[in-house]
Amino acid sequence: MKYLRHQLDNGLTVLAECNPEAYFAAFGVFVRTGARDESPPLGGVSHFLEHMVFKGTDRRSADRVNLELDEMGGSSNARTSEESTIYHAAVLPEFQNQMIDLMADLMRPALRDEDFETEKKVIIEEIMMYQDLPPYGGHELLMAEFFGDHPLGQSILGTVQTVSDLTSAQMRRYFAERYVPSNMAIVAAGNVDFEQLVRDVENHCGQWPAGKSSRSIIPAMPRGGFSSLVKENSTQQYVLQLAVGPASTDEDRFAMRVLATILGDDSGSRLYWELIDSGRVESAGIGSCEYLGTGAVMSYFCCEPERAQENLERLRNVQASALRGIQPRELELAKQKIISQILLASERTEARLFNLGSQWLADLPYKTPDQIADCYRRVTLSDVRAVAEKYPLATGFCLSVGPRDDLQPVG
Amino acid sequence: MKTASATHHTTWDNGLTLVAEPMPWLQSAAFTIAYPAGCRFDPADRLGTANFTCEMVFRGGGPYDNRGLIEALEELGCDYYATCGLYHTFFGGALPAAGLNKALRVYAQVLSAPHFPENQLEDGRAACIQEIQALEDDLGGKTALTARQRYFGDPYGRHADGDLESIEALTLAELRRFYDTFYQPNGMLIAVAGRFDWSALVEQVAELFGTQPPRPPQPPARQAGVRGYHHVAFPSNQTYISIAWPGLPYRDPDFYRLRGAIGVLSDGMSSRLFREVRERRGLCYSVGAHCYSILDQGAVFAYSATTTESAQQTLEVMLEQIRALREGISEDELRRMKVQFRSGLVMKQESCRARVNNLVGDLFHLGRIRSMEEIQQQVLQLTVADINRFLSEYPLNPEDIVTLGEQPLEVGREVPSTSA
Repeated sequence: MKYLRHQLDNGLTVLAECNPEAYFAAFGVFVRTGARDESPPLGGVSHFLEHMVFKGTDRRSADRVNLELDEMGGSSNARTSEESTIYHAAVLPEFQNQMIDLMADLMRPALRDEDFETEKKVIIEEIMMYQDLPPYGGHELLMAEFFGDHPLGQSILGTVQTVSDLTSAQMRRYFAERYVPSNMAIVAAGNVDFEQLVRDVENHCGQWPAGKSSRSIIPAMPRGGFSSLVKENSTQQYVLQLAVGPASTDEDRFAMRVLATILGDDSGSRLYWELIDSGRVESAGIGSCEYLGTGAVMSYFCCEPERAQENLERLRNVQASALRGIQPRELELAKQKIISQILLASERTEARLFNLGSQWLADLPYKTPDQIADCYRRVTLSDVRAVAEKYPLATGFCLSVGPRDDLQPVG
Repeated sequence: MKTASATHHTTWDNGLTLVAEPMPWLQSAAFTIAYPAGCRFDPADRLGTANFTCEMVFRGGGPYDNRGLIEALEELGCDYYATCGLYHTFFGGALPAAGLNKALRVYAQVLSAPHFPENQLEDGRAACIQEIQALEDDLGGKTALTARQRYFGDPYGRHADGDLESIEALTLAELRRFYDTFYQPNGMLIAVAGRFDWSALVEQVAELFGTQPPRPPQPPARQAGVRGYHHVAFPSNQTYISIAWPGLPYRDPDFYRLRGAIGVLSDGMSSRLFREVRERRGLCYSVGAHCYSILDQGAVFAYSATTTESAQQTLEVMLEQIRALREGISEDELRRMKVQFRSGLVMKQESCRARVNNLVGDLFHLGRIRSMEEIQQQVLQLTVADINRFLSEYPLNPEDIVTLGEQPLEVGREVPSTSA
């Protein structure tokens, strides 16, 4: 396994973790842009742009792009989050050059008006799909309530209104500002020929004009509170809550994941024994979501509406129990679980690509999965106690979604 | 390129089969213990018995109570599961390879002497009820289940969750009886993939499971499914569409001809459904089709979800594309399908979990294990002439349509309306 890095004169980064033994080669373009970089009237533009990238370039029609992707087989997809847009593909190593040729070209999309209008309909269908899926847009609503006017409160998909109002000219401007070489990395993992990769990237992307793209990491002022989103046709009640947590570059993030595993993993955690094992809920969990400059810890459960109030009290007790002490055995089991998950994931080339790319996105130094596992091995009881005190999980904003409108805040 | 060494395979007198495929380049191993105790054996007035039994078995056995069991597995770093399907109830997991033998021992102790703790019966019941309730909110899943129930009839169209009435009525004695009758080795499969020592494994499985007496069950009575058009009224934003037509079981020699044709219809971004429904017309976000097989019968289900205003047109374009398959596929389409298939197979070499599922599927449906090379050959041998000959003789008639949403759709005369 070899970690290699190169930077083009225009600022584009190329990085790879090469393993000649791997079956696959995985490639990704990681762009530091997402919902938090959108002004409110452009809500959803990052995600819409991610769709439009597949609609072709001056050299390729949309059909041609789809044909070429399928001709290489493997799996390819793209995703947009609050702070990144990622295009990724895993293919047999023989397709490396062809895939880089395609991916590099796609990053200079044509953004044709007729494609823009057709794809707008697909995006609206996607928004409607999520409106039918539990928790019925509750996640976006909770993020907006918790983060308030902070850019992390922006919805990734946008709304039917913002997407309908968006023009292709606005998207072109957003693209020109955000898809500059210094804001992007070509990332590879697995059976990759790095020298060839650098040659090809220089060749295809070397002429992209350099530019600057800034992002303001303003401090979040998370809000507390409680609200209900009434959804009469829902069978179950969904309760979601966000509290402040460590940021993606914060050293506390390792201890926080251990704490979240002890308290709220979907198996064997305190919440599991309190709510899931007893059949009080269908599902429940506590997990941390890290962003640049700030973080959040989400707690949630889904249950029959009649039990929601009682379950919310039980959730509060579990959250508060962190301050009453953690047993050494709980710590050991949680660490074992996390380390084992890291090992299982590290056998998959695509997972390694994401490990590498995510570190670049957060500007973190490169760590192998083993080195990351070491960070968890080093977590002590006092580290976990310290994060439990620093980030009180029972605070923050709580949202109830479902047929009930009378759930009361607890604690 | 690394290739798997030969798969190991052994069957004991009591009917238990162990199959294991070494993937020595991995540090992990995955395993599944499959009892022939699926929901097809649920009594008709007690739907959900197999699932509830699985839930109670996993609440402890041998030296472990439920907490002890989960801690023992987590100590080994085992990402475990216990789940119930149509033919089997599965217990298994994936973990760092060093813990494999210990994990098998933990499972054997629990599975051979479950406690059926009375003080946890109501917790187990509540957990089963939660699963049923949660499915009510999964509109796409509900549409797919309704489609499968209609197509395959009873019991082969069942979903393991069962129904509320049955779950509420089931007693501990009934669950114990289900366990006593169906948790037996005749037809039982244990599959392992990843890093392991075969001789130690075979010795251990012989000791743990090889001497239990067989009690082969009678297959359940079977009722045919229904065909037609069925609408479920629901005030959702989208209308969910499922279209079913005859497929083939995995064991049919023509299966890959059909699978190849369905791949052209649905696999990848250049597939016909994706191109015509989503890319050209922007009618939906998700659309596709897949082959589904029970032991001796197959079906193809095509699905989509789209806003009420677009639903009629979506259905029509889907039907048009399905029927157009009769005219055959092209060389380019087959070539793309083959590359996708080949890389899909190679990708599975990275995952012992995926390979375990293949091993169980092959053994159950075909009675033998195909090597990766053999599977690859079956697909690479396909020719356009072959597939087109097959398609010209094949009944590509949508037989059953299910929709869920605000309004029923116009399905045309070929598919009669039924209320079932």
